[in-house]
Amino acid sequence: MIGISSCCKVIAVTPPNDTLAVVLSNEWVNDEYKRLVLQADGAACHSQPGQFFNLLCPSEGEHKPFFRRPMSTYKASPVSGQVEFLYKVTGKGTFGLETLTERQTLEILGPLGKGFDLDPQWRHMTIVARGVGLATLAPLAEAAHALGIKLTAVLSARSEKSLLSRERFASLGADVIAVLDEDGSSSLENIESVLREVIAREGSNALFTCGSKRLTRLLKRLSGELGLAGQVALEQQMVCGLGMCQCCVDVFEVDGLKIGKRVCLEGPVFDLEEVLE
Amino acid sequence: MIDLSVNIGGLRLKNPVMPASGTFAEELTHLLDFNGLGALVTKTITSEKRTGNPMPRVCELADGMMNAIGIPSKGADLFIDKVVPFYRDFDSPLIVSISAPTAQGFAELAARLSDVPGIAGIEANISCPNLEAHGESFGMHADSTRQVVKLMRANTSLPLWVKLTPNSGEIVDIALGAQDEGADAVVVGNTLLGLSIDIEKGRARLGNFMGGISGAMIKPLMVRLTYQCAKALQIPVIGCGGIATADDALEFIYAGATAVQVGTATFIHPKTMNLMVNELEVFCRRKGISRLSSLIGSLDDSPAAAFGALP
Repeated sequence: MIGISSCCKVIAVTPPNDTLAVVLSNEWVNDEYKRLVLQADGAACHSQPGQFFNLLCPSEGEHKPFFRRPMSTYKASPVSGQVEFLYKVTGKGTFGLETLTERQTLEILGPLGKGFDLDPQWRHMTIVARGVGLATLAPLAEAAHALGIKLTAVLSARSEKSLLSRERFASLGADVIAVLDEDGSSSLENIESVLREVIAREGSNALFTCGSKRLTRLLKRLSGELGLAGQVALEQQMVCGLGMCQCCVDVFEVDGLKIGKRVCLEGPVFDLEEVLE
Repeated sequence: MIDLSVNIGGLRLKNPVMPASGTFAEELTHLLDFNGLGALVTKTITSEKRTGNPMPRVCELADGMMNAIGIPSKGADLFIDKVVPFYRDFDSPLIVSISAPTAQGFAELAARLSDVPGIAGIEANISCPNLEAHGESFGMHADSTRQVVKLMRANTSLPLWVKLTPNSGEIVDIALGAQDEGADAVVVGNTLLGLSIDIEKGRARLGNFMGGISGAMIKPLMVRLTYQCAKALQIPVIGCGGIATADDALEFIYAGATAVQVGTATFIHPKTMNLMVNELEVFCRRKGISRLSSLIGSLDDSPAAAFGALP
């Protein structure tokens, strides 16, 4: 299927399938996050940055999730046929995911949703990520690299130790700036001055973030003020992931009108311009 | 070759499996063979645009879910212009689920859809528990059901299915009322009204306060209502509620359902309905049955032998 993106270049979008993926590994990457690597040939491994899967998480003891759980693609490669997820163990769904071991299987429905939209004309882009939002934004490292767009990643975390994916960005030539709770550099005021400095120095064309409402508000304000493109990946409770059930709608502003859109289908990536503060 | 076809008031379906309204949309075409379904049932539409209920609109239960979506609708104009043409590419009949705030509104929308090519029938959703305060709807009483079905019948010659609610204690009277006023079939039925509470917040889990329960947990209740309605009616009953496998579907068929609708299961396994059709065929072959329709209402409900001893 061929879709026309908002900036009118033709992009290939792979229709979703329900794939029985095989677990290759499921290891802790630090004391909070695990990385799940799956063999998932076919549609799944064609997932684009910003797209997600609806996972049929296994039950674990008393934790029996009835719905599937949506999760951003951390990495997908049509060459290896592998799909990866980075997750924090926080609830019914991830309690079950945590128990998966090598050679077990997992049903993954996807790739789903509309991912990030990169303009090959851009010279530089800036992402700001914190916590699990990083899992969603990390695939932008490869995407920017492939298009020859320079990238600065402002990674926010509690401490140096809990910083995720620093090497992944750095190995693809991205500048990485760590801002930390432990030394106060992750304050919103400091992030704003870091961003202003990066944008001015690099001539950044676009800003990206995920998850945090505070960061989204900041980036919306900055992109509006400086006339930059900006995109945010939103999180929302989902059931079907396909646009049928209408439970993941959110309110957006389009041409001065309040419009309801389905985060699973019209998103999860939206222009900062249309996101409400 | 096993014949899975069934007849719903003059409309021949190639098999008895179809989606329940609100759990099916164009996007499923990537995962599901629409031509392999008995019918295609749309999400409920209204004439006017509607925003739907506050968030959260769903919550999960131990073996099912609750929803209070509230029928967000882009209105009939957009539906007729954009959605109906999409479905003309498929040979399974398109059934349009409709709702309106008044009986007259139901009738006007039914009349309007009757002139649209590609629509094979109407399912009147007189039973959504999430529209009116605390689950009130036309389908809660026989009188209001008669009134709305009569007006629709006078305004459309399309096959007219009426979706009933399990929340009324008088469902058989309501079903008889729908039949008397010219319904071609009844769907038994919509979700069961419930209330789920978050004890940390001391608030309802759904933005709309109450919502409709669906999934495996309501199946025995819906099979019982299907049985009672099918016993009383001459028109076909379409069973619905917690159907996730062919075995579930067969329970409803034994109880008297001519066809079945699959809803919540599709949210978890989007390919469920295609698999169910295959499994129905496997069941018939195993039982040596050449026509699935011979099983409709074939439940042996003769009383079991009395126990015959005192404790």
